[in-house]
Amino acid sequence: MTTVTLQNLQKSFGDVVAVNSIDLEIEDGEFLVVVGPSGCGKSTTLRLLAGLEPTTDGRIEMGNRDVTGVEPKNRNVAMVFQNYALYPHMTGRRNITFGMKSSGDFSDAEIESRVEDAAETLDIEDLLDRKPEAMSGGERQRVALGRAIVRDPDVFLMDEPLSNLDAKLRIQMRAELARLHSALETTTVYVTHDQTEAMTLGERVVVMNDGQIMQVDEPQVLYDFPANRFVAEFIGDPAMNMIPVDIENGHAVHDAFTLPLPSGDDSPSTERNGAGDTRISDARHAILGIRPEDFRLSDVQTDDGLPTIDAEVNVREPLGDSLLLHCSIGATACNIQAEPRTEVHAGDTVSVTYDPARLHLFEDKTGEAFYHSGLHLPSDEQVVSQVSK
Amino acid sequence: MVQLLQYAKRQANALRGNQTETTHDVRPGTHLQLWFLVLVVVFPIVVAVIVSTKETGVVTSLGDLLPGSYAVENYREALVDYQFGRFMWNSLAMSLVIVVGKLIVSVFAAMAIVYYRVPYKDLVFLFILFTLLLPVPVRFIPLFQLMNDLGWSNTILAITVPYIASATTVFILRQHFLSIPTSIVETAKIDGVGPLRFMLFVLLPMSKGVLVGVSIIMFVYAWNQYLWPLIIIDSEANQVAQVGLQLLQGDVQGGQLSWSLVMAGSTLTLLPPLLLMIVFRKPLLETFSIQQK
Repeated sequence: MTTVTLQNLQKSFGDVVAVNSIDLEIEDGEFLVVVGPSGCGKSTTLRLLAGLEPTTDGRIEMGNRDVTGVEPKNRNVAMVFQNYALYPHMTGRRNITFGMKSSGDFSDAEIESRVEDAAETLDIEDLLDRKPEAMSGGERQRVALGRAIVRDPDVFLMDEPLSNLDAKLRIQMRAELARLHSALETTTVYVTHDQTEAMTLGERVVVMNDGQIMQVDEPQVLYDFPANRFVAEFIGDPAMNMIPVDIENGHAVHDAFTLPLPSGDDSPSTERNGAGDTRISDARHAILGIRPEDFRLSDVQTDDGLPTIDAEVNVREPLGDSLLLHCSIGATACNIQAEPRTEVHAGDTVSVTYDPARLHLFEDKTGEAFYHSGLHLPSDEQVVSQVSK
Repeated sequence: MVQLLQYAKRQANALRGNQTETTHDVRPGTHLQLWFLVLVVVFPIVVAVIVSTKETGVVTSLGDLLPGSYAVENYREALVDYQFGRFMWNSLAMSLVIVVGKLIVSVFAAMAIVYYRVPYKDLVFLFILFTLLLPVPVRFIPLFQLMNDLGWSNTILAITVPYIASATTVFILRQHFLSIPTSIVETAKIDGVGPLRFMLFVLLPMSKGVLVGVSIIMFVYAWNQYLWPLIIIDSEANQVAQVGLQLLQGDVQGGQLSWSLVMAGSTLTLLPPLLLMIVFRKPLLETFSIQQK
């Protein structure tokens, strides 16, 4: 049983603060993904967990044991690296067993049987006698995973393990990692910059920026109820549109449109996001967030009495399963995702409407979310449509 | 010669319009330059080899540059009468001890500099590099004193121990160790692989090429030592080949300076480094082109 607790964790390199007071509880057997842009401190956090970097301040507990100053080898963690970190001069088998033999905690027979088990789980029996140079990227990463699982660690730490693989293999390995985790149920911390990986793999996702945690939630909640502008723009591709508006009497007013903000404070998830206070009656500046797929071309959809917005199409990008339109609404640039094969051309002016349950408002200055129009968890239909993306 | 012929063939084909080989951008100017440079470098050595086959070896005209028939006699005289084999053996022993000693010290030093948190590490490394600025002869007088005090003069210790610390080797190994991905080191750390085990089973096998390359460079350097052995070794039996060459000059006062004998000795001295260079040219070239990540 290994829960991992980070308390006020800090790490600075000279004047640069890489990890800034992080508090996080990772549950036993959880697959937790840490995602963020380059330099946000996600890898440093992982290295602090592994003990590869000394902490500047704060505490790390694993299974109720304080491991803050403990040597990496005494933490019983296993790490998988982006570049596989296989010893190039050793065969697959020796790569897997070398660490175990060095630690001296295992008998030869035990090592042998564990290697066989791991090789079977990962389907790498035929790689055991090959050297890394004779393996493909995916095979190398499998052997590296094998090396991690034979030791039966308390916690798996994975540092962008799929980033060096090509796109197709990455998707395949992603599924394999998910399968492996459901079989082993070992607490896993997985760092990536790829939001698709984060959404698909994570039971919970931590979004980090500038050394701080922006939000920790289940993937769909992150997507539907981003806590701030950063999360809203980072999660989701193409990113959420951010439109500066004025709030007046429950309406969002822009040069090009005025749209009513539905008020609904009967939701269970208000507290979860801290955005329950629907402060939409006072006049103020704010940022209106609408995802590209929450716009609809109004002549395609039957009009349900919502105001329409005129948008001028600048560029059209057919993506196959959808059509991405780069538009201008007034002076604001905006992406709109339309049905594929829609007859729209650059230079056209289209009239669009939107999903009133999917509006977000963010503070002008701090970027904190203070309003989500859809104060209910997403319906099944929406979940399906997002998974298919 | 073969290359020249191939080159001529290619040119002829190109003139006839048969564009069979399009892989290389072959320009006659480049080749002429290369051949000229090779000639400049090789010429003195060729002359030395030719002279070593002659009776007296005095070159006064181009006609003197044809091979003579005294080769066997000259090399026999150098090896047997002048005990040049003995000098070569001493040189070999000295060079091997220096190479092995340097490798051991430098591997440990570079490992400490790269993988350990040593206070003022950069300063220490800078200080090691600083020793490169001091030419070896500058140290001769204190070193001579030291060797005498230790009672090492005229022994193999005197001509090897002072050379065992090497800033160049530490530097090259450091650069190579830095090019090894840190994740490999960190994996070992997490797995609980101890430092000695890491060195023997991970670091050294991953550095094979560089270690061989560095060894060759150091061997040639050690083999070519002249001034220090000349100063500190005073018995003929312990002398090294480079100094021994001088003894081949024979009775200069009597006007009998035997150039052919000296050149035979020079050619012999040239052979061991040349052989090593030919056999290990690949790792040698790799060593010279390592780059920090």
